[in-house]
Amino acid sequence: MSEAYDQEALRGPHVIEYPFRRSCGPVLSRFFSGLRDGKLVGIRSQTAGVLVPPAEYDPQTAEALEEFVDVGPAGEVVSYAWVSSPRPKQPLQRPFAYALIKLDGADAGFLHAVDVGGDEASIAIGTRVAPRWKAERVGHITDIECFVPESEAQPAPPLTEPVEEPVKSVTTPIRLEYDFRAGKAQSVFLRGLAEKKILGAKAIGGDLVYVPPRGADPRNAELTPEFVEVADTGTVVTYSIVRVPSDNISFDLPYVCINVLLDGSHIPFFHVLQDCPLGEERIGMRVKAKWAPDDQLTTSVASIEYFEPLDEPDVPFDQIREYC
Amino acid sequence: MRDVAIVSFAQSNVAVEDRNEIEMLLPVAKEAIEGSGLARDEIDFTCSGSSDWLQGQPFAFVMALDAVGSWPPIKESHVEQDGAWALYEAWVKIQTGEVGSALIYSFGKTSPGDIAQVQALQLDPYCGQPLWPDLDSLSGIQARSCLEAGVVTEKQMAEVACQALRNAQSNPHAVRKGDYTVEELLAKPYRVSPLRDHDCPANSDGVTVMVVVAGDRAKQLCDRPVWIRGFDHRIDPPALGVRDLTRIPSAALAAEKAGAADDKLDFVEITAPYSHQELILRKEFGLADDVQVNPSGGSLAAHTLMSCGLNRIGDAAVRIAAGGGDRALAHAGQGPCLQQNLAVVLEGD
Repeated sequence: MSEAYDQEALRGPHVIEYPFRRSCGPVLSRFFSGLRDGKLVGIRSQTAGVLVPPAEYDPQTAEALEEFVDVGPAGEVVSYAWVSSPRPKQPLQRPFAYALIKLDGADAGFLHAVDVGGDEASIAIGTRVAPRWKAERVGHITDIECFVPESEAQPAPPLTEPVEEPVKSVTTPIRLEYDFRAGKAQSVFLRGLAEKKILGAKAIGGDLVYVPPRGADPRNAELTPEFVEVADTGTVVTYSIVRVPSDNISFDLPYVCINVLLDGSHIPFFHVLQDCPLGEERIGMRVKAKWAPDDQLTTSVASIEYFEPLDEPDVPFDQIREYC
Repeated sequence: MRDVAIVSFAQSNVAVEDRNEIEMLLPVAKEAIEGSGLARDEIDFTCSGSSDWLQGQPFAFVMALDAVGSWPPIKESHVEQDGAWALYEAWVKIQTGEVGSALIYSFGKTSPGDIAQVQALQLDPYCGQPLWPDLDSLSGIQARSCLEAGVVTEKQMAEVACQALRNAQSNPHAVRKGDYTVEELLAKPYRVSPLRDHDCPANSDGVTVMVVVAGDRAKQLCDRPVWIRGFDHRIDPPALGVRDLTRIPSAALAAEKAGAADDKLDFVEITAPYSHQELILRKEFGLADDVQVNPSGGSLAAHTLMSCGLNRIGDAAVRIAAGGGDRALAHAGQGPCLQQNLAVVLEGD
């Protein structure tokens, strides 16, 4: 087992973001259009009374529901939890309660935040609350900033530009931040890149080399703690052409993604091909890594900027068929 | 029904795991497979449970297959649920007669991310998730409903935590354990009132692996096979406001359909991430006062999301196999305020 393998795993920030836009359907469209217009709308069910937010179907009988009912906007707290240390993104950044609120005219609890000025003693089961509306509402659950004691509540201010169209979709961006840990084998590989080396994991027995290494040999489920340097030259075994723009693409469109079988390795390695006129990319072509300048080498695949064509004869398909 | 036995089980839980999924899973899978007495190629089916959102690595569930050997291609499946549901899928597949043995594994690695935010993603994406309520808060709402209704008291919740942390002292896989008095625990501050730290799950990173085998082959493989005698899972409505939060009807129904009440239970291993949920579940399962609950310490001692339910089943099986009881109920629960519930009844030979 190599010394490098036993070093502490690399870690780094990792962010996942999705700008989710969801269509509402006719029932939630009524609810969100109502929020935009400053009112709360529920729906009557046979078995559970008036539900807010409105459900499409009865929770017990699955019967389709269609009788909309205006509710609230005030109601009473039926249960709550006191959040003394709010987390980022939560509706309030001072101590508040998440509560189930039974709106006047409704039967099921409605989940939202309640602001009582940061004072836990000011909320109890039975406390009367009403919405604190945003001035500019778009048809989203956060059009209600939170609920407040009923005596402090104000009616929803009219929109500066009223909208007639019903709300058709809601947008809820998701951003999750991670402190990602690369694990043992990938840490060895990434540290190698910072030294301008491509390190592959040797399968037990040494017959195959995996680049990038994932940690184990899938043929026998054994760990792969031994590493060997492979060449930064290889053969394109398949490719695809990217024509769709995306925020995180730094290459000019269209460009070619390649799976390259590095000389000395036995699984293809994914990267980008540049300095090759579109149309000349092909299976079997020889390529070489274009490394970042020495002072920009890091523990990242970005240490290889791209692959570029190598002036060598193509490898016949029969020799790489297994990897294509 | 085909008789299916749990013939091998292994787990790992630590507070923070540095290795990747393959590296954490591989040694535990090896231990479970070697413990089963089967060669790897004698296992007919592989089924796993995990969620890539936890560690933020897309397709971690596919990568993990390297750790159990995926070449030449194996017959496998995955559920984005606790491994207990993967066990259910494997059990059903064995019932169809298509396979006679299965490897089940699950893994959860929550330490890289913000588990509170990640878990908010399982809520209604229109009206729940955008408010970013964390599970502590939703469980706090449930606990207060129970307190208000007189279903539980804060003292009883502390008693549950005391017992769990005491039981955990003999569980090498627990990440939280200790000897406390109820008074000591009640003197601690609230995390999300009415919940204190010890009322909330002891989050951990880990993996769980189990091997199940049908019929006579199981008898050949182990001295005392632990048989799955009943198995069921159910779900409550997703809208919290619709549910009576002092009850978990889907848990009661799952246990009833699994036949939990058909005979005496020697002990139960249940998934109650929050202390008051153990008190609700005891009622839903109709447990007699002398039935021991969670000799392992349960989720208050180690809570590896996606693995904790399968751990409860495995812990129960290991205990029965070692002669620590003849008949047990094991339960897995997932979702906000334990919306999804699974029950399995285990019996030793």
